Amino acid sequence: MTIDRRKFFKSVAITGMTIIGVNATGANKKSSGDDDTEFHGILYDSSICIGCQACEKACAEAHGLPEPTAKPEVGVIRKTSENQRCVINAYETSQGEVYVRNQCMHCNEPACASACLTQAMYKTKEGPVIWREDKCMGCRYCMISCPFDVPKFEYGSTNPKIQKCDMCYDRIIKGEKPVCVETCGDALFFGTRRELVAEARRRIAEIPELYIDQIYGEHVAGGTGYLYLAPVDHKELGFDTRLQNSSYPALTKGFLYSVPSVFVLVPTLLLGIHEATKSRKSKEENHD
Amino acid sequence: MTSPIYPLTKEKESQSTWQFLMNELKPRGKWLTPFNLISIPIILVGLALIVIRFTEGLGAVSNINQEVPWGLWKGFNVVTGVAFAGGAYVLTFIVYILKVEKYHSIVRVTVLNGFLAYMFYAGALVLDLGKPWNIFNPIIGNNFGASSVLFLVAWHFLLYIIAQLIEFSPAVAEWLGARRAHKILSGLTLGAVIFGITLSTLHQSGLGALFLMASEKIHPLWYNEFIPLLFLVSSVFAGLSMVIFEGSISQRVFFRKISEKNRQARNSMVQSLSKICAFGMFAYLFMQFLVFIHGQHWDLLNTSMGYWFLLEMIGFVALPMALYFYASRTSNLTLSRVAAVITIVGIILNRLNVSIIAFRWDAAVRYVPSWMEVVVAITIILVQIWIFRWVISRMPVLDEPPKWAKNTSH
Repeated sequence: MTIDRRKFFKSVAITGMTIIGVNATGANKKSSGDDDTEFHGILYDSSICIGCQACEKACAEAHGLPEPTAKPEVGVIRKTSENQRCVINAYETSQGEVYVRNQCMHCNEPACASACLTQAMYKTKEGPVIWREDKCMGCRYCMISCPFDVPKFEYGSTNPKIQKCDMCYDRIIKGEKPVCVETCGDALFFGTRRELVAEARRRIAEIPELYIDQIYGEHVAGGTGYLYLAPVDHKELGFDTRLQNSSYPALTKGFLYSVPSVFVLVPTLLLGIHEATKSRKSKEENHD
Repeated sequence: MTSPIYPLTKEKESQSTWQFLMNELKPRGKWLTPFNLISIPIILVGLALIVIRFTEGLGAVSNINQEVPWGLWKGFNVVTGVAFAGGAYVLTFIVYILKVEKYHSIVRVTVLNGFLAYMFYAGALVLDLGKPWNIFNPIIGNNFGASSVLFLVAWHFLLYIIAQLIEFSPAVAEWLGARRAHKILSGLTLGAVIFGITLSTLHQSGLGALFLMASEKIHPLWYNEFIPLLFLVSSVFAGLSMVIFEGSISQRVFFRKISEKNRQARNSMVQSLSKICAFGMFAYLFMQFLVFIHGQHWDLLNTSMGYWFLLEMIGFVALPMALYFYASRTSNLTLSRVAAVITIVGIILNRLNVSIIAFRWDAAVRYVPSWMEVVVAITIILVQIWIFRWVISRMPVLDEPPKWAKNTSH
């Protein structure tokens, strides 16, 4: 039996990770179950959205949050907060006023979920990224990691929650649509991510004068569950154009993968040096 | 009540263990010292603020916000503090692995320092957690977020505290006069040292790796994929500078505890530690330089953040490096201590830059810690110094271990 280098390192790594309890395949193993459930998402068409805030109000009502009072206004950037899971902002662009919705992007490989040390932030196999109160310890590492600054923390509470859009996960598992999609006329479209990409492409192809030929969310941060169609360049709509297209959890992969090798190599090296330096001295049993 | 494992020595046998402990809890010597007079009011205010934090929520005392969720307690007490505790793993490596005997007399105090530091950083972390009652979730049960860097850091923290406790435990056994326990615990030292060094390399770098996913949030002059390595390398001279600094204070405060022979040895130690620091800082500076060249950020140098970066690199790395070099060549103790202080300030700057100052440097509303956060952060350090002092004046840390303990040792 021959064993090549690659296989050898792989088995060393896997053994090491088993010892220290690291899941060698990373964050998304658990979300790919045996069934063929696909990630679901929402397609937001900012060319259609009229900024009526019906989705904002429905969202607040469905999640027991105060009804939003501020209206979308050009020049004012409203942000999601511990009291508001989604907001609509107005932007003055070369194509006139355009509305853009802002909420959790439900990344395919969410930074928050890979950052969470208790799996409180969790990418479900249906697609929504949810937050589970009983597991969370409130360390706010998800907030540090999220490139979209989505998770919001209740600083004023003694038993704080993380507030963020969960795509109405409780409704999705019952086979219903998220409340925002249910309330909205045409600007929000719910489906599997595959359907959403196809639908977005269809719209771009059919009415090319209405859209730029890009789907925001198709590639950014490794692909997101929320997809955006826009009439103008994303720069004009307040999107953070610095964000990378590869997944964020991949940034910590190198470090995490080095852990098992360090655990094997460093103690071995130290023991070796200890043995090597031992012979120089007489008896040295106690090291105190 | 003396158990066979903890037989008390003859002079203590007349009193019970309980009386012994109560007696040891009493202060030694006069307690109206300037340090006490300053620290007691601060600690009392800090404790009151901690009560408010738990009854009113984090927002009542802290200025952290939705964009900068980690403030002074995490950035200073945890991320910065751990770097200074790095002296323990470096010194145990030198003494127990490389067997350089001349540093033996300062190993115990350094390990004690590291152990207490970790305990109190864990304490700062608990204050900062929104739901501290769930802190054991990543340790027990089925909530292992194994893909998280923080998960590794949490585990390494816990295991390293245990390793340091084992490394320090012979001193506790000597204090209690427990001979058999002393023998067993001393035998565990090497294992604890090897385990401890391994854990240290991983979580010193792990604290840097925590920020890897915040790639757009940290200013490009501080963010790079080598943060873990830079954190690890800088922890070597951060820890040793702390050893030099702490040593110069201990030598004055606990003058009588240190024997004449050790006092002489300490001076030559400072000289060689200065040299190690200088080399460490040279390696660190060189790495920072490579990372900077590789990042192609020349244009950013001529901005306010760029000047800040240059100040950190030249004023607080290159300058103390040169001072260390010069001090070790001319065996100038005072200069070594000056270099140590500058290095310590530089490490605080660096860690705060990565975790707070350059974090969301472009945010509309910058995070500035509230006075209450500052008081609590200082309280944590003061309580740590109190306990450090309590242990030093009771257990054989700076002074020689009792004779019987030496027989089992070499």
